[in-house]
Amino acid sequence: MATVFTTKGDMDESLLEKREGVVDNDHEYTKWVEYWHEGELVHRSAHVTLKQAAVWSDSEVAQIG
Amino acid sequence: MANTQSMCTSFMGQLFTGTHNFGVGVTRGSTAADTFYAALFLASSTINASTTAYTGTVGSVAMSGEVSGTNYTPGGTAISSWNAPTATNSSATAGVAFTTPAANVSYTNVTLTTAFDAVLIFNNSQGSSGNRPAVSVHTFGSQTITAGTFTLTMPSNTTTTALLRLSTT
Repeated sequence: MATVFTTKGDMDESLLEKREGVVDNDHEYTKWVEYWHEGELVHRSAHVTLKQAAVWSDSEVAQIG
Repeated sequence: MANTQSMCTSFMGQLFTGTHNFGVGVTRGSTAADTFYAALFLASSTINASTTAYTGTVGSVAMSGEVSGTNYTPGGTAISSWNAPTATNSSATAGVAFTTPAANVSYTNVTLTTAFDAVLIFNNSQGSSGNRPAVSVHTFGSQTITAGTFTLTMPSNTTTTALLRLSTT
């Protein structure tokens, strides 16, 4: 069985309630996962894929000046 | 033949490597690549294009507004390597220089209970402790982490998606 690192140490995944979610928009693609034990959040991880880059272009400079 | 007014494509790429200095600049100690860090910031903080520096000290003193929590070290995580800066152009006056970290950035087994929504990339090789030059700010949906891992997956290193791009259009 898989184990999950939690606030209570490593726990068997079968003892936990798993919740997952995804955010997908122009800015990011994010997946998160939570594990709950007896109504308490004991683990939450998130993985963010950045989509928008930091860009400096002369068109943006033109807006300044 | 005819001459064409343009910023040289190679110049834009060289801005990423410190080849040119138009003013009184830093004295570089070596030709090695600088070390960059990625620090996380609270949703309640204010970092943006006006942010000039990371004012904490990597490994010991957090910057105002930076996250704190179990297994998170002030300054965040070092970015292990970058793709070699590249410059290309589609015409005499339209070009782009770009680069992206070559690996994802992860914060492992951390607990960050106060919501955060931004990462500040800064240069820990230039400036001085308490005043490390800022590079860029990237935002995302507000997050918390509990005994877990936060990973920033980098975009593809292309002209249109690279993490850092300088362009003329």
